[in-house]
Amino acid sequence: MNRLAYALALFFTVLTAAFLAVPALMSMLAGVTQIYARGIASGLTIDWILEVWRLYADTIGRSIAIAMMTLVVTLLVGIPLAYAFVVRPSALTRALNELMTLPLAVPGLAVALAMLQLYGNIDWFRRSSLFIVAGHVIFTLPFMVRAVASTLGAIDIRTLEEGAASLGAGPLRRFLDVVIPAAMPGVLAGSLMVVTLSIGEFNLTWMLHTPLTKTLPVGLADSYASMRLEIASAYTLVFFIMIVPLLVAMQLVARSKSRKGMSA
Amino acid sequence: MSTGVSVSLRAIAKTFPDGTRALKPTDLTVAKGETLVFLGPSGCGKTTCLRIVAGLEKPDAGGRVLFDGADVTETEIEHRNIGMVFQSYALFPNMTVAENIGYGLKIRKVPPAERAKRVAEMLALTGIEPLRDRRIDQLSGGQRQRVALARAVAIRPRVLLLDEPLTALDAALRDRLRTELDQLLRSLGITAIYVTHDQAEAMSLGDRIVVMKQGEIVQVGTPREVYFEPNSRFVAEFIGAANVIEGMASEGSIRFPGGQLMLPEPPAEGRCTIMLRPEAIEIRAPAGEDWTGTVQGVSFLGDRQRVTIAGAAAEMIVAEAPNRTRLKTGDRVGLAVAPQALRILQD
Repeated sequence: MNRLAYALALFFTVLTAAFLAVPALMSMLAGVTQIYARGIASGLTIDWILEVWRLYADTIGRSIAIAMMTLVVTLLVGIPLAYAFVVRPSALTRALNELMTLPLAVPGLAVALAMLQLYGNIDWFRRSSLFIVAGHVIFTLPFMVRAVASTLGAIDIRTLEEGAASLGAGPLRRFLDVVIPAAMPGVLAGSLMVVTLSIGEFNLTWMLHTPLTKTLPVGLADSYASMRLEIASAYTLVFFIMIVPLLVAMQLVARSKSRKGMSA
Repeated sequence: MSTGVSVSLRAIAKTFPDGTRALKPTDLTVAKGETLVFLGPSGCGKTTCLRIVAGLEKPDAGGRVLFDGADVTETEIEHRNIGMVFQSYALFPNMTVAENIGYGLKIRKVPPAERAKRVAEMLALTGIEPLRDRRIDQLSGGQRQRVALARAVAIRPRVLLLDEPLTALDAALRDRLRTELDQLLRSLGITAIYVTHDQAEAMSLGDRIVVMKQGEIVQVGTPREVYFEPNSRFVAEFIGAANVIEGMASEGSIRFPGGQLMLPEPPAEGRCTIMLRPEAIEIRAPAGEDWTGTVQGVSFLGDRQRVTIAGAAAEMIVAEAPNRTRLKTGDRVGLAVAPQALRILQD
């Protein structure tokens, strides 16, 4: 009976995994197939990947640049915000916290629409990649704040700061010497989250981009819509190569964090 | 070598934003080099007092904190030059033991060579040299306590503030560290303010004890004064074990259901409450004694026995007997007490 239950569970797990993995594998395989309609028999090639590089290299670079800028802004805004939420909880910070998570519930399209109505006629901003960065910050900031706040909330950061103050450290010194190092695991986890989300973001970006500010996912949609299937597939492959190391790094950080937590 | 300052508190009070009065207006002076202990149950205002001296809380308007006569009420904690040991130690997890101890010196821009020398001194003083390069999460509770102390003393503070520094440790370790701490405070000759709810800690460490209750000072005195001459039922019962019993006083003696005792000078008249320490009661054979009772229970503690006695007073009383005295439940006993061991309580 037990063995049967185990076999069934295994079967369904494999089935579910296959349901998710097979299309992705097929798509990546298609990206290196000479002629998709004739299958693998037509031979393997990296021409399509080179073609993607020729057509869309700028979107890859831009995506990375946007992700890094988004990261910088969420770090500069998110860490002090998380600190304030933890150390000085008040009606104001609670309201701010709720308000900040709102863009997660509202569809990205609606957020983008609001941004276009508000800032769309500031011409230089509308044309610049910074417009997309602003959208990504709105979308990813809550993830950074949550990750940092939960790390700071788990330790007695107030007493640590009081300890530093008693030894003569002023507010800025305390923040740099004590708060930031204590928040580090959360900052790392939040950073990987922000970068991953920013690189993969499509909803908002699709509304906010201009033909000159296409990002990787927007380019991907574009290639699916207007290129041969092999190019779109090769593009997917490129996307995977970029995003998988990030996901692995995120897992490693999360695991080393939980191991540390157990030993402490 | 006496270091440190005298600390004066003038009319300091603390009302929290929600309206609770943590501390009623309080005046107190700690002499240079003295160890003063704030003792009381949780919520009595002792920690609030300490935090006001530290600069972690601001007293209500009108309150003043003076270090050697200079007003520091408006001075931020980081400029007060105090050393503080927290109950949770507040050690920095991202720094080694040596870096923790040297942190205050680094902030004060002490040159690295001198800093290293001072850190080595502190490690030696607290007996933790082998732990120099350990991370904080590799230390035991007692080791952390020593690092916290070394870190606070390293900056040569004007006053050392200790907030329940031994409470987080187990009983055996607490006793040992209490002795070490006492020796350290004596040898440094530093002005120290110590907060605890543990009366044994207060008695062994304090030059003077400040007993607090519900935001007020109840009594200030040396350990012997507060133990032998408590000014209230609260102090009598909070410090050590005490029998607080009621009797009828007249003509220099006091009557209980089980007999009578001589009163000390000056004697009281009428209904009054007295305090009697268990070790001040001598258990004898009942014949010829003015005060008698019946043994209700005996608990053997090793070095002595604790005997519960019924019938002597309206309530049960507790006495101590030497460990080899044979006593059993139901024995009739006589109770002898020297008049000066009696203390008449006013409330």
